[in-house]
Amino acid sequence: MKKQIFLGIILLLLFACNLAYGSLSIPLKSVIEILFGSFEGKQTWAQIVLQSRLPQAVTALLAGSSLAISGLLLQTLFKNPLAGPSILGISDGANLGVAIAMIYFSVGSYVTTILSAFAGAAVVLIIIIYFSKKVQNNVMFLIIGIMMGYLASSVISILNYHASADKVHQYVMWGMGDFSGVSLEKLPYFASFAIAGLILSLLLIKPLNALLLGETYAANLGVKIKSTRILILLCTGLLTATATAFCGPISFIGLAVPHIARLTLGSSNHKQLVPVTILAGGCVALLCNLLTVVPGSNSVLPLNAITPIIGAPIIIYVIVNRKNIQYFN
Amino acid sequence: MKQQITLSAFNLGIGYRLRGGKEKVIHPNLNLQLYSGQVTCLLGMNGAGKSTLLRTLCRFQPSLSGEIEIMGKPINLFTQSELSLTVGVVLTEKTNAGGITVFELVSLGRHPHTGFFGQLKEEDYKIISASLDAVGITHKSDTYISELSDGERQKVMIAKVLAQECPIIVLDEPTAFLDVTSRIEIMILLRKLAKEQNKSILLSTHDLDLAIQMGDCLWLQSRDNPMKRGVPEDLILDNSLESFFRKDGIVFDRTTGKLSSPLSKIPVGVEGDFNTSYWAGNALTREGYLPSTPSADYTSIKCVSPTEIEIKYANGTVGHACSIEEMLKCLTNRIL
Repeated sequence: MKKQIFLGIILLLLFACNLAYGSLSIPLKSVIEILFGSFEGKQTWAQIVLQSRLPQAVTALLAGSSLAISGLLLQTLFKNPLAGPSILGISDGANLGVAIAMIYFSVGSYVTTILSAFAGAAVVLIIIIYFSKKVQNNVMFLIIGIMMGYLASSVISILNYHASADKVHQYVMWGMGDFSGVSLEKLPYFASFAIAGLILSLLLIKPLNALLLGETYAANLGVKIKSTRILILLCTGLLTATATAFCGPISFIGLAVPHIARLTLGSSNHKQLVPVTILAGGCVALLCNLLTVVPGSNSVLPLNAITPIIGAPIIIYVIVNRKNIQYFN
Repeated sequence: MKQQITLSAFNLGIGYRLRGGKEKVIHPNLNLQLYSGQVTCLLGMNGAGKSTLLRTLCRFQPSLSGEIEIMGKPINLFTQSELSLTVGVVLTEKTNAGGITVFELVSLGRHPHTGFFGQLKEEDYKIISASLDAVGITHKSDTYISELSDGERQKVMIAKVLAQECPIIVLDEPTAFLDVTSRIEIMILLRKLAKEQNKSILLSTHDLDLAIQMGDCLWLQSRDNPMKRGVPEDLILDNSLESFFRKDGIVFDRTTGKLSSPLSKIPVGVEGDFNTSYWAGNALTREGYLPSTPSADYTSIKCVSPTEIEIKYANGTVGHACSIEEMLKCLTNRIL
């Protein structure tokens, strides 16, 4: 329980930092005053904190948690600790869905963006499941996922080639990945989808634990394998699609955060692991969002320039030390 | 305790359904009964369909024909949760459970009994610790599964199946990856559970010695013949095991209950102290002799004690050996 509280405190601190720190420097005192509604200075400052930084921090928190949980679900479902929404091409599938919607159907509404992202993610998920039955080897399976990602990316490139310049620009901007795309008006849509997915993941804790023993054991313990698998994939698809539709394809959070969670917790028991992954996902995303702000300048780095710097070393660390990490053995 | 039939199969056909409505039949017609309080060992060569049979009996795959009844009720009438309370399994499947503790894994056995969130109640805790006790792994409760030996992992899986509280326990090759002492330990444990908790235990194995030693009942499964069942000793005495294992270069020795190579057998008489003569016989068999009742027609060995072995050669001369090693040397030098 201590670790959860500790993570919760870090999360709050990072959230506060995200409000206080940005490309435009605003004194901490003013930020606090703005939040408590007693600020009487520049209206632009108040606007930046309330209309930009606050929704951006909430978005980072929820998107990070969503991606982290979808990574965890994939890792447990496929019994493969290196699975994740981006490595298995599910993010790219969502990406492709959005690309088709944006470029061909000029769709701008959030719900249709989410639905098209979900459709894209679902198609890749279905193909991935088909291959998971054919390819038992963990590494080979991951390579198939990576190939799926390449396929989706190349279809996107072909679509871009045929599209008009302004649409391509719109799409490319979205594809950089960032948490600032969700305005205060969009936030309720985004938040309700993300929270629905996260709640669904909490309801899956019991079957997820049984799945640690493999599907046959789980079936013998009374788990309805088919419907459980569908629910897990629905949850993964929903969370990946929501995060991707609003924030663009974000790499590494889904892959790396479940490892951070398991290593800090020292357990693969989903009863603790699911909540800790949610918290850790939020923390990592908020941290990445902070790091995109270049100190001393008013420009911002793309999010996907930062996430690998945090994620890749963690993955290399767990692979190198896999003999000494319990959940690998 | 009264032994009752807990599982039975009538005219059971096992195998796989292929695409296009075709079937790959592994065995067309099996008739089986499993009793409570007994350890039943399923023996068969690789490819005889042992795993297919076990999978069918646990409803992991459908039967092709015939009926399976569990506790007198057709298996297809069980809901999945009812079945999970009746038949518990220990499989060879690789798990992903290295990162949870022994206690947490055994508590997964309570899954069919707990509610939606799997919250454990006081009674569940009692049953889990009783299960840990029964397999003798309580001292490792807080150890990660990844830190256990293969034998300990197998014990934990058995504890899981005990926590599940099923009257029938099916184990697929539970001794396959274990060292000699762990094999015996696991078999003794399974016997104890069958006797003390009146469980019906069905396990597949390649350990012929252990099956003969520990099994209450053997099922001999082969591709082309009907299933043979019986108490191990009966199956030895009526030559069932001998014909079951008949293969070029291998014979089943009815006297020792072991498989050996069918070399030309020279008879050597063995008598005397039981322990010494038993192991003298073992050494002679290995060297290609046939231990027999002593006779004047061939060389005989009289075992007085482990350090005093008398060798009476066929020509009437007598030699002395003070160990089995010396006895074998005397025989190879002087016999014939």
